[in-house]
Amino acid sequence: MAVLKMQRISICALKKDRKAILEKLQSMGVLEVNHILEEDEDFHKMDTVGKKQGFEKAAASVDQSLDILERYAPEDKSMFAALEGKKLISVDEGMKVQEERRDLLRTAKQIYDLDREHAEQLASVTKLANSIESLAPWLALDVPLKVMKTERTVFFPGTMPGGTTAEKVYEILSEKAPDAESADVHIISQEQSTVYLAVICLREEAGAVEDALRSEGFARPSQSWDGVPAREKERLEQKIAECRDNISEIEEKIKALASERERLKIVADYYRVRADKYEVLGTLPQSERTFVISGYIPAAVADKTADYLMKKYDCMADVEELQEDEEPPVILKNNPFSANMEGVVESYGLPVKGEIDPTTIMSFFYVFFFGMMLSDAAYGVIVSIVCGILVLKFPRMSQGMKKSLKLFFYCGLSTIVWGVLFGGYFGNIVDIVTGKFFGTTITPPALWFVPLNEPMKLLLYSLLFGVIHLFTGLAIKGYLCIRDGKIMDFFCDVVLWFMLLIGLILMLLPSDLFASIAQMEIVFPGWLNTLAKALAIIGAVGIVLMSGRSNKNPALRIALGAYDLYNITGWLSDVLSYSRLLALGLATGVIASVINQMGSMLPNNVIGIIFFILIFIVGHSMNLAINLLGAYVHTNRLQFVEFFGKFYEGGGRPFHPFRENTKYAEIKEETLS
Amino acid sequence: MTEDPGKFAKVLIIQLLPGTQGLYGLLIGFITLSKIGVLGGGLADLSVQTGLLILAACLPIGVVGLLSAIAQGKTAAAAIGIVAKKPDQFGKAMLFPAMVETYAILALLISFLAVSGIQV
Repeated sequence: MAVLKMQRISICALKKDRKAILEKLQSMGVLEVNHILEEDEDFHKMDTVGKKQGFEKAAASVDQSLDILERYAPEDKSMFAALEGKKLISVDEGMKVQEERRDLLRTAKQIYDLDREHAEQLASVTKLANSIESLAPWLALDVPLKVMKTERTVFFPGTMPGGTTAEKVYEILSEKAPDAESADVHIISQEQSTVYLAVICLREEAGAVEDALRSEGFARPSQSWDGVPAREKERLEQKIAECRDNISEIEEKIKALASERERLKIVADYYRVRADKYEVLGTLPQSERTFVISGYIPAAVADKTADYLMKKYDCMADVEELQEDEEPPVILKNNPFSANMEGVVESYGLPVKGEIDPTTIMSFFYVFFFGMMLSDAAYGVIVSIVCGILVLKFPRMSQGMKKSLKLFFYCGLSTIVWGVLFGGYFGNIVDIVTGKFFGTTITPPALWFVPLNEPMKLLLYSLLFGVIHLFTGLAIKGYLCIRDGKIMDFFCDVVLWFMLLIGLILMLLPSDLFASIAQMEIVFPGWLNTLAKALAIIGAVGIVLMSGRSNKNPALRIALGAYDLYNITGWLSDVLSYSRLLALGLATGVIASVINQMGSMLPNNVIGIIFFILIFIVGHSMNLAINLLGAYVHTNRLQFVEFFGKFYEGGGRPFHPFRENTKYAEIKEETLS
Repeated sequence: MTEDPGKFAKVLIIQLLPGTQGLYGLLIGFITLSKIGVLGGGLADLSVQTGLLILAACLPIGVVGLLSAIAQGKTAAAAIGIVAKKPDQFGKAMLFPAMVETYAILALLISFLAVSGIQV
């Protein structure tokens, strides 16, 4: 339950060892680079932006080619690929790929070019297909589709609005061009909105005829063709076939290159790692023959790392404590059980300097409340078994995912416990099944009590657990105050509130209000009642007087104190917030029994049983999913708002070490032992 | 999601949060229906007064659930916006809709206690 102690390590070494040392540090991954030495006349920073960009571009182009490969020859990935983690390769494999990297880059470019050509061919096919379509209405025409002139006649094709018949055309002509008697009109084809026709007439009359027809909506076709439409279409279709052949050829070529996929992945990672290294290199101050690298390192490995480096290379490695006002990055370290909750703390915010790591304490409350909310033993068994199997089957999955799965595993165990306490096994399925099929109703006994029958009891216990949780939070705040030597704060902020709250609770318990809610009478001896009142009054008065103690003005001080006393309502709402334990616990059980009841409404024959099983499976999976989500969210909310709100702010910086940030593969490395 | 389909899981979780409020309504509905005997068992003989009492008991979760769910829907949409811009703030983003759900839970509680307490 701790934040790892960080120290600063500074290494000054010869430039000739620079590459080796940097790559060693990168593969060890324990240092977060952070410089304190700025440029001066002896030390300059190297400009590596160009090189770094070169590597980044190379990595990006290989990534792109991998994406293209994925499109043409998709990998056979199982559903659980995300859990498998990165592939482990040997150092030799890594070296081999490194040597062949230029060839692999060329392959990547080849893939990219092939893909571009593929896209172009596809575009051509579409264009050709469009042309064929535009030719379709003219297929009946047995002369080329363009304006043609002979010695004395003109032939022009065109379109007119739909519904035009040959007679109509002649009518128009006689109306608008009465002198043109030679025109001959052929209707080629008709569509709903357009009529395709061809007109032949004497050259002298061509102009008049066309004008006349134009006034009625005649238009020339958008494209003219040198050949007869039918033959043009054949030609185009042939071209399309050619394109398609090209396309499949390209696809084959790309698929053949898919065999390079693994090596392409490794080389992409190689370029990524180099780009990272050059980024760091660009920040190192370097003199003529030496360079300096400095940063944060966990205290646990600091000395070992320094010794190793000094032994292997000619260098000076210094480990020193951090300055007072430095803000080191944060690494959390916890026992194996609580470590899984670190993700929860991380998503809220890591501890800043001076705050404690709340993970351990929070972890117990976390699984406790989670189990209470999901509260069904059968669901707990399912969740635990699934998570357990996944964790065991994929030992190389990423750390974050492993922690989440283990978190759910423990929560599943807690759910089993609460389910047994509350007597929930898929809701009341045992009742229903035995009642329906066997005549007698057997109810598995609840070790504690059944929430549905005694909701008020569960409500009281929820509120009780809430009070315990909140008091723990306040106690942690008190501990922090004492640890920091702020005795006054400890007394005014923590002790007085404890007194007030405990006093109020003790006053509330024997009252009539409580008796009517809890349906039980608690009678306290007289002295306890007096003590309770005394505590409450002292607490309240103390808060009013002391809360605004930073103010000199007495009136303001009292006013602020009274306002702070108003926070008692905040406490009330916090405690009531824990009633969601009751609400969610009930929700799971009731919906489960709804599903069971729906299933049991069917008749007692084979079909009924089949449907019952179907409804059972579908309904309970949905119930499990929704309540799992609800339990997760609300448990998080209780920790974040009610618990952390008392003593924790977060906002710390996570640890970003200089390491090999690969996407696909990891090299089996020699560890520092 | 249009820009980064990898965030699907996180976005889905946030999007599912308002759904739980409908669930609470279902819960109370079921409890009420089984209490008055519509679901399984014979239909109980209710006086107008008892019927009105039951109506009043269901109103908290009905009204509050509706309003709170609409508000939670807006909060969830905003939370998705946070995740779109800063995916590592998922934990805090998920918290906001959960805060809004507090009222629905309180209403659920009251309705449950009220409905359970009515003598049919």
